[in-house]
Amino acid sequence: MDFAFSEEQSELRGFARSFLASRYDDVSLASFADSGGDPSVWANLASMGWLDAELTFLDQAVLFEETGYRPLPAPFFSTVALAVPALDSSTAKGVASGSLKATLAWAEPGRPQSLLDPVGTSVSEGRLSGTKVLVPDGASADLFVVVAESGLYAVDAGDAVVTPRETLDGTRRVADVDFSAAPARALATGEEARALLGRIRDRAYAALALEGVGVAQRALDLLVAYAKEREQFGRPIGVYQAVSHKASNVYVRLQEARSLAYWAAWCVSEDDEMARQACLAAKAFAGETAVFACEEAIQGHGGIGFTWEHVLHRYYKRAQWLAAFDGPARNQRAEVAAFLLD
Amino acid sequence: MDFHDTPEEAAFRAELRSWLSEHWAGRPIEGGRGDFDALRRWGGELYDAGYVGLTWPSEYGGRALPPTYQAIYLEEMSRANAPGHPGVIGLNMAGPTIIAWGTDEQKQRYLKPLLDGTEIWCQGFSEPGSGSDLAAGRTSAVLDGDHWVVNGQKVWSSYAHKADFCILVVRTDPSVPKHAGLSYLIADMHAPGVTVRPLHQITGDPEFNEIFFDDVRVPRSSILGAPGDGWKVAMTTLLHERGTLGFALSAELERMVNQLINLVKEPGPDGRRPADDPVIRDAVAREWIEMQSLRFTNYRSLTTLLETGIPGPEGSGVKLAWSEANQRLTSLAQSVFGLHAQVTGAEAPWNGFWQYWQLRSRGNTIEAGTSEILRNIIAERVLGLPKGR
Repeated sequence: MDFAFSEEQSELRGFARSFLASRYDDVSLASFADSGGDPSVWANLASMGWLDAELTFLDQAVLFEETGYRPLPAPFFSTVALAVPALDSSTAKGVASGSLKATLAWAEPGRPQSLLDPVGTSVSEGRLSGTKVLVPDGASADLFVVVAESGLYAVDAGDAVVTPRETLDGTRRVADVDFSAAPARALATGEEARALLGRIRDRAYAALALEGVGVAQRALDLLVAYAKEREQFGRPIGVYQAVSHKASNVYVRLQEARSLAYWAAWCVSEDDEMARQACLAAKAFAGETAVFACEEAIQGHGGIGFTWEHVLHRYYKRAQWLAAFDGPARNQRAEVAAFLLD
Repeated sequence: MDFHDTPEEAAFRAELRSWLSEHWAGRPIEGGRGDFDALRRWGGELYDAGYVGLTWPSEYGGRALPPTYQAIYLEEMSRANAPGHPGVIGLNMAGPTIIAWGTDEQKQRYLKPLLDGTEIWCQGFSEPGSGSDLAAGRTSAVLDGDHWVVNGQKVWSSYAHKADFCILVVRTDPSVPKHAGLSYLIADMHAPGVTVRPLHQITGDPEFNEIFFDDVRVPRSSILGAPGDGWKVAMTTLLHERGTLGFALSAELERMVNQLINLVKEPGPDGRRPADDPVIRDAVAREWIEMQSLRFTNYRSLTTLLETGIPGPEGSGVKLAWSEANQRLTSLAQSVFGLHAQVTGAEAPWNGFWQYWQLRSRGNTIEAGTSEILRNIIAERVLGLPKGR
């Protein structure tokens, strides 16, 4: 068993970390979050090769983790994890060139909204009709991959009515999207579509687990730095075990989350037989860990950590976003339990 | 990144699995009350089959395999529900310390009987007045001719009532600062003046002991390192304990999770299957996930060890997380019996298995470094926070 990323992957990580740190300091991140994103970064992502179809999932894993460490206010997750796996190769080339942003539309109002739940959206004679909600990065997408009764379909954003929603995490907003006899191109149908959607879900879980690891790592780094520098009663607060033990607890959980996230990433990249369980486990654990790390970091910072000015709440809201994706951790654990007990 | 066994690792795993199915399969699971002589014989069987000292150098009776093989061994032993070799203190603490610090004569004398289970070791580190603060120990050793004369008391010593030898930290120079005045002796547990008194744990079992030393004469040559090296030698022992501990713990947790799954799938005392209760299902899934996370954290730390020669810091929290997981898991198991969980003796549910392990688990956050000390170590050495003391 070898847990190490390749040299190229480690280089990619270093490059991604410095690119993201230089573009998004804590001040600029806040302003992009408040304004709803950083549209001009997309061309940079394309030129750096982050959108290339040739990247393995382990290459992408490095990028997902780093775009959690510095939350990227662009539809990278939606395009790469949710939409691209469903696209044909010529459309995927459009993504790689930077000319196309895409996302997945599955949830519908007034019915169960998990990725694998049945939907009412229907297609008749190449025209798709239905109402989708909570579409990640829906307002910036050029193309929707839409889950319909009979399969997965591609619909141009120009043929849909998009209503952006205000969201807690300003770096990854959602939108409602209405399709009324929109021209639709079939990507996969029947059983093939169902299997594809299952793989997209695994991939999304792994990607968000990796993001969660990045978020938790930054929250821990902020907590540790503050505990070293902030003095009370004449000593840095990190000498007090009430503070230092919080940091240790976050560290331990973060290491566990990272191990699960890398396991899931490897399973996805190898199409391993444990992929489903690994992705469920990683998403459940890393989502909760990201939230926990941010909450402990906020507490450790005292009043300043509770202010709008401090960057921590940006991380906290991203953590909440990813933990809530496709249902909370208990939903994923219920599926793990079915593997173990039924 | 590659999570598959190499062909050599896969062959080793398959060979061990088939050996276990021939030599162990079908023996009953027990509470904690194993028959020690049977365990000793089992240790001998493991040794004869070549499964003891896998990572030890071949000149000391080992197979000089990479630590990955030890991990595979521990995983497969747990999956077969087979108990480990009873000489854990010898194998994990005394042996590696003797390899690192011992003279050729000491290595010749002690290592082989330690591997094959004929000689059992115990540890004399903690004292009534010094637990986490090991360097404050007061048990003394004074040179008298060719012998150290040892006086004092050690405590929490597992296996002392079965042990032939003790790795013993003593104060040989009271005039210097506390860390500098320690020495590390090998004491014969059958020598005159050694008294072992069992301490009964909250399980009722005498798993560990007090050891009293009254003018015990230890040959001058039975020392590891030089007089005054005791602290450094003891750190070798503890480092090795933590280095190999992780896989033993995740393998043990895997065994417990599998037993938990068996338990909840059976009808409980009220006729209902706990596995039909969504709260129980959530908790079982949580512990399975925790077990996987610890397993892979060990492998991640092992990857760092193989690459750099030093175990990665990511493994430093495994014991901490394992101990709490084992406490949650065993309490959950006991809870499904309701008040039946109280009934001991012949009518005890699961032959007392969960009663024993739930109570025993409360020691997990205390032994081999309390959770409080482990959190301090992570804060100071891994995260670089300022020392509180």
